[in-house]
This record gives sequence, C-alpha cells and structure tokens, in this order.
Amino acid sequence: MTTATPTVAAGTQNTDGTPTTTAGRVRKRLNSRTATLVSIVIAVVWTIPTFGLFVSSLRPEDEIKTTGWWTAFTNPQFTFENYQQVLFGRSSSSGQLAGSFVNSLAITIPSVLFPLAFACLAAYALAWINFRGRDWVYIAIFALQIVPLQMALVPLLKFFSTGVTLGGVTVMPAWDLVDEQKFAQVWFAHTCFALPFAVFLLHNFISQLPGDLMEAARVDGASHPKIFRTIVLPLITPALAAFGIFQFLWVWNDLLVALIFAGGGDETAPLTVRLAEMAGTRGNEWQRLTAGAFVSIVIPLIVFLSLQRFFVRGLLAGSVKG
Amino acid sequence: MEFDFADQQPKFLMLMYGLVAFVLVVGGLLLLLDVVPAWFARRREAQLVAASVSGAPLPRRPRQREGIFALFFLLPTLLLLTIGLVVPAIRTVLLSLMNGDSTEWVGLRNYGFLFSDDAMVRVLINTLVWVLVVPLVATGFGLIYAVLVDKARFEAVAKSLIFLPMAISFVGASIIWKFVYAYRGDGDQIGLLNQIVVSMGGEPKQWLLESPLNTLLLIVIMIWIQAGFAMVVLSAAIKAIPGDIVEAARLDGVSPWQMFWRITMPSIRPALIVVMVTLTIATLKVFDIVRTSTNGNYDTSVIANEMYNQAFRYGQSGQGSALAVFLFILVIPVVIYQIRNLRQQREG
Repeated sequence: MTTATPTVAAGTQNTDGTPTTTAGRVRKRLNSRTATLVSIVIAVVWTIPTFGLFVSSLRPEDEIKTTGWWTAFTNPQFTFENYQQVLFGRSSSSGQLAGSFVNSLAITIPSVLFPLAFACLAAYALAWINFRGRDWVYIAIFALQIVPLQMALVPLLKFFSTGVTLGGVTVMPAWDLVDEQKFAQVWFAHTCFALPFAVFLLHNFISQLPGDLMEAARVDGASHPKIFRTIVLPLITPALAAFGIFQFLWVWNDLLVALIFAGGGDETAPLTVRLAEMAGTRGNEWQRLTAGAFVSIVIPLIVFLSLQRFFVRGLLAGSVKG
Repeated sequence: MEFDFADQQPKFLMLMYGLVAFVLVVGGLLLLLDVVPAWFARRREAQLVAASVSGAPLPRRPRQREGIFALFFLLPTLLLLTIGLVVPAIRTVLLSLMNGDSTEWVGLRNYGFLFSDDAMVRVLINTLVWVLVVPLVATGFGLIYAVLVDKARFEAVAKSLIFLPMAISFVGASIIWKFVYAYRGDGDQIGLLNQIVVSMGGEPKQWLLESPLNTLLLIVIMIWIQAGFAMVVLSAAIKAIPGDIVEAARLDGVSPWQMFWRITMPSIRPALIVVMVTLTIATLKVFDIVRTSTNGNYDTSVIANEMYNQAFRYGQSGQGSALAVFLFILVIPVVIYQIRNLRQQREG
C-alpha cells in the first residue's frame, strides 16, 4: 500500500467481497471489463512518454536520430555512451552535467534544511504559545502563500546586487557574490519563498497534537523550547518528512529561481537550467537530451518512490504549492 | 572518464559553509531559547525568595514572557518573509508604475501596454486557455482514474504510474514530450505522435510550430503532470465517504450512475474545489514548460514566461512588474473563492 491513506478503514471490503466505497461500487457495477480497459489505457498513455525517453537514452546516437525508440524491441542496441558523454564529456556541447548535478545538490540541501527548521519553530509558536495577535500573524503568513514569487523577483535580485540604502545610509551592503558564492542567494530566495507554505503545512500537523500532552509537560515545569525539542519534534517527524520531500522536489525541479539567482555559469547552474538551455540550442541532439533529462529525473524519482507515503500525507494535509 | 573532481571542490566547500551556517543559526537560536528562560526562571526564583523573606505579597507571574518566546520562535520566519517577500512585493507594485529602467513614474502606462500590444493580448489569451483547460481536464482524468482503480487489484501500482510525473521537473517533462512531438521530414519518424499519424496514413507535422495547436500540446504536458495530484486527493476523498451513506443508498436501490452523481460527487465536492483551485493557481504561474518547449515563440507565450522575458531579458522591469502584479490580481479571486468554500465547509 503506497498511496492509500489512513482513512481507508471506511472502505475495507465486506465479507461477501463487495466493496463498500461508492467508487468501488460504481466501478464494479460499471461493466468491470470496460473499467479495467479504460484504466489500463490511461496508465499506458501516462507511462509511455517517460518510458520512450528512457529507452532512447540508452540507444546509440545514430539509432536515436534515425529510427523511433520502439524499434529497439526488434533491433535492440544499447549503450551507456550517451550518459558518459552528457555527464563527463569535455566539449562544451556535451552538457557537462556532472558539474550541474553537483550544483543541484549544493542548491537543494540547504534550501530544504533552512525553511524546514525556521518553519517548524514558527509553526510551534503559532500553535502552542499564547501571545497577543497570534491569529493575525498566522493569517498574514498564510495569506502570503498567494503572492506569486514573480512578484518578488526583480526587487530581490536588486537587493542582492545593490544592498539596501535608507536616506543615503547603507543599511545593508551589496552581497557582491561571484561564482559558487551565488548559491547563498539561491538558498535565501528558496527559503523565503517556501516559508508561507511550510508554516501552513507544519501548523496543520503541530496544532493537531494532543493538548493534554503539552499541558502535562507545562505542569511539570517544562519550558517551550524544551517541549519543542523533546515532545513536538519527535512527534512531527512524518510531517517534517512530508514537507522535506515537497521542498526537495520543488527546489530540485525549479527553473525560474535558479535561472535568476544562480545564473547560467558552470559554477552554479543546476541541472534544470542546463537542460532547458540544451533543449533550446541543441533541440535535435536527442542522444544528449534524453540522457540528460533522465539524469535530472533519477534522483527525484528515487526520493519520490521511496518516500511516497509521506509525500501523499503532506498533499492531503494542505494543498500543494503552486 | 574526463571529469575532474577537483573542479567541484569550491562547490562542496560552499555547501559546507551553508551547512555550518545552518547549524550555527538554528543551534544558536535553540541555545538562546534555552538560556533566556533559564535566566527568567532564576530571576523569578530570586523574586520569590526575596518576597518570602520580606513577607511582601508574591510577585505575579509575568505575562509578557510568552510573547518574548513567541518572538524568538517566529523571528527568522518573520524576518525572511519581510525581506524576501513582503517588501519586494510592494516594490514590484511600485516598479510597475515606473518606466523600463525605473527612473520615471509613468502611471498605468505599463498596464495599458498589456491590453493594447498585439503580442501581449496573445499572451493573455493563451494564459486564459491554459487556465480554462488544465484544471478541468486534469481533474477530470484524475477523477475518472480514481474511480476506476478504486479497490481494483494493483491499486497502489496503478496509482503510482499516474502519480509519477509529479516527481519529474517541468523541464524534464517538457523534454519528454518534445520527444513525443519530434518531427523528421521524411523517412522514419522518431516522435511517437508523428509515427502514429503516419501509420494512420497522415502527414507528419511540426507540432510545436503550428499555432494555436502548439499551445494545446503544451497544455497536454501540464495535464500529464498534474492529473496525478488530482487523482491522489480525490481518491482519498472518495475513500473517506462514510460507509453507511453508501449502504443506505444501496438499500434504496440506486443505480451506479445515480450513486456516482448523487452520493460520490456531492461528498467529494470540497476536495474537487481544492484540487481545481490549486491547479488553477499552479497553471497561472506556469513558466518552465513554455520556456523549455518553445521559449514562448510561435504564439505560445504565457504571462509568467512573458514576465521573465520583459524583466530579465529585455530589461523592461516596468512591464515585467506589471505582468507580475496582474498575475497576482488574477490569483486573488480564486483564493478568496477557496477560502469562502473552506469556511462554509467548516460551518456546514
């Protein structure tokens, strides 16, 4: 059971084998064979494009460029040459994706950790510390979710490049980052953009923890930081995992933020930027595009498949980030 | 293997700096949070001792302590949101009222440009098509599939297959589909779509060059990615329908068709709305697909893509900002609708 949710209890099968969910019943009464057929057709349509890409990425260059990937079934010829070329090739046209792969990693790891830590601190305060204006702060943070990140890009970039001056006084100098130092800008941007959703999602989980538990701890004289560290954190690990996966997929797959704050240089451009570039300038170099796309897909796919359970739980706890 | 690992060293060093910063900031904050209350506790203890010695009334428990705590817990988040989101958003609104290099106020001229320039109107129409088609079709597919595989054998695997594209980047997805749409003049086709067309006796086409068909083909990519999300949420909603309602309906002898329209649909209505709204907002902001597939050429551009072009490629930060603000304005009513629905749901 990978994608089912805890609410399945209502939908377990009766002893006589009739499904008790409405959908199950509808499906059963619909001519069952038609239902199966339609669902198989949809599943095939959804899977074939990725499958085709994968098969192609393993075929020799001449073959990819002259025949469709489906001929691989009748004339199987496979090679790792494309991956070799696209990852480690020296020529500038090869993509040199191994370096971008490292960039993606360097961008993603801190961009997941920072918002995760800050958001769960904030979510705890909003859920369990009594202070005036608490609801308003929560509503304000919640509402920030609707600000499209496009609204922040131009001024934020300016903030990094020129700093802040108020009435002629430099409050904050320009960051003046070069090469791989630009990772810091990307971390900062991703952290800011992720926070509203992160606080919202984690608040959903944290506020549902049993109040008795907190009360008992308080009576025993535990302070908020202590409760947070010893009670709340261990209990919300699944929620942290859920948001961690969200944020990981979001950052790893992001193009816009990376394009603007990391730039296109070898030192900083993540896989997505390099791939989008290749798709634009070398749209017919299918041996590189297919292998490159698969390189960028493989890590999120592994994360997704192994942690799907948490991801789904996160999806159902709130909405998703758009 | 011609890959020099030493070249990568500065990146790993930078990553390490990032991690050290993380440990320092978060660890420091937690430490601070432990030290501050300890100090307060000591002071209170001292007050209590002093009070009991002098016989004065016990000092009341100070109220503002909670507030101070909350402030520390919230500090990084509030600070980052202010610097990274609130202030920039306000500045974007101001920039949208200024000219390209932000030296002069131009009033609403940038907004006028959005609705008068032919290319811009095309962009707005394209965005409208995206927003009308993607949420409806993706939700439709998601719902059909959720119903079809519910309680079927291999349900988990079947769901994973549809859900999988959600893990793939929009860039990756665009390349996957560009390959499906690939065109070769004569000889064997390498794109699946053209191969199908040819095998049915048709002529191969340059799919991504033909407007307005190309916009629809890009929309297919978004639907392909998002249907899985709709399916998962709706499937959970379907499974949450109480068994006794279903039982009662069955005793009344309703047909499966009636069951679907009278029981399933009304029960999952809130989930349907959430899915549609979420997809609408995601679709409004779609950027990667258009940029990777066509770069906005051949009449396929949308607001988010055009915003990037104007602000970061053509140096027209006024027009770019106006597009960003317009995007924001489009999102607001959708969100208000969702909030209203959520509230109704909670009251009902």
